[in-house]
Amino acid sequence: MLIDFANVFLFAAIAVGFVALILTVGKLIRPDNPNPIKRSVYECGEIPIGPGFAQFNMRFYLIAFVFVIFDVEIAFMYPVTVIFRDLMQAGWGLLAFTEITIFILILLVGFIYAWTQGGLDWVKTLSNES
Amino acid sequence: MDATLISIGLDPLTAKITSMVIISVIVLLAFVTIGGILTLVERRISGFMQSRLGPNRVGPQGALQWVADGVKLILKEDLIPEGADRKLFRIAPYFCLVGIFGTMVVFPWGKGVIVADLNVGLFYFISITALVVFGVLMAGWSSNNKWSLLGGMRAAAQIVSYEIPVGMSLLVPILISGTLSMGGIMASQGWLPWEWMVFKSPFAVLSFIIFFIGSLAEANRTPFDLPEAESELVSGYCTEYSGFRYAVFFLSEWANLFVLGGLTTSVFLGGGNLPGALEGFTILSVLVYLAKVAVVIFVVIWLRWTLPRFRIDQLMSLSWKYLLPGAFIAFLGQAAYMLLTQHTPIVQSIIAVLMFLVFVFVLIRFGLKVRVSINEQRIPVNSPASNVS
Repeated sequence: MLIDFANVFLFAAIAVGFVALILTVGKLIRPDNPNPIKRSVYECGEIPIGPGFAQFNMRFYLIAFVFVIFDVEIAFMYPVTVIFRDLMQAGWGLLAFTEITIFILILLVGFIYAWTQGGLDWVKTLSNES
Repeated sequence: MDATLISIGLDPLTAKITSMVIISVIVLLAFVTIGGILTLVERRISGFMQSRLGPNRVGPQGALQWVADGVKLILKEDLIPEGADRKLFRIAPYFCLVGIFGTMVVFPWGKGVIVADLNVGLFYFISITALVVFGVLMAGWSSNNKWSLLGGMRAAAQIVSYEIPVGMSLLVPILISGTLSMGGIMASQGWLPWEWMVFKSPFAVLSFIIFFIGSLAEANRTPFDLPEAESELVSGYCTEYSGFRYAVFFLSEWANLFVLGGLTTSVFLGGGNLPGALEGFTILSVLVYLAKVAVVIFVVIWLRWTLPRFRIDQLMSLSWKYLLPGAFIAFLGQAAYMLLTQHTPIVQSIIAVLMFLVFVFVLIRFGLKVRVSINEQRIPVNSPASNVS
């Protein structure tokens, strides 16, 4: 069975090989005469102002942070979900259900905290000090 | 296939590896063809919905348009913009394609037609598609373009936000089937509509709705196509891409549409299950499966021309404030439902049939309503309203 997992690497290699092959073939037949105007960055036809590596918004960082926490939690939920049916047939159903509920409640505390602190809001209002 | 190769004189391991390579090349060709054809299908359906023709010149009914587009893009000059991060710029398309093509390993084309039925199938499916986020972020960052950067950031924020509800809602089918393997999930359903996963319990319906909305957003489909909102961001993270590198993004996007349809079908809509009497007709099973996928894809394209685009703050609050709590409710509700009805499977069957009947009723009501409104709004040809010029 373990050799089935080799398929994963094989498929990745085939996909990479496919793109590399076509790009190499293309390199032989496509024109290649760049000039500064062609290579300039697209900014609606204007001459670009400053580099494109601009500062971006903090919100993306917050979203990524909340995402990491929840994704790890979901990864923990998968195993118990898979064996829940077996546990139920073995008579452990109520216990498993209680434990899952406790786990989700702990997760929910963090979720509610993020929500009340405005971590999930996209549009932020500055705190009004006047 | 192994047996054939062994019979011509290869030792078992070589035979296994050879057959794996051959299968993967066949799947790649099928994948590229499906991705290409879907671009054409989308354009034709869009044309139909907007009362225009769409591409119909290359080949019969434009059937070869995607080949012509591909050849044209290979022949186009490949520009890397001034000041771009050249390495990342070149690597990014590979990540996108590997992320989508990797799902083909566990993609169930029908009953028993699966490259490798990994025991972690569904989990693998979710994790390998996360590679697309890297590709999108790299493409956006490395282009040295403000549109690309914003588009890439938005795309990444959107995909990771919607991955949580999708991951949570897929827990419900896993609870019901008790396995992660795609073949196992498909086998736990039946061929009759009320034996499909989506009608197995009221909470499965809820999780299906959450899953479908979430995967629309993950595949950057309208109404969630903000990363490529033409009116705001030119063309998002692939603004600076040209030639075949652009085609790779294009291909992985439309292949993603197929993967979306395939995952929906195999997990929620019964996959390629056949009635007991027809068991063993693999081709028929594949055809049934592809027909269901085609219906799902048509619905997705239909949504594109029906719904307006979301605003970014609405998009984020939909994911975090509505879908995620909904997914929690669906998961806990399903666990409780299974506990309550574990000794009375007949109740489950009755509820499933009732839900299917309600679904059919809603579908008929919807169809009648749409027909009435189409008839009311139809403008007769040659009437003053159709001769505006």
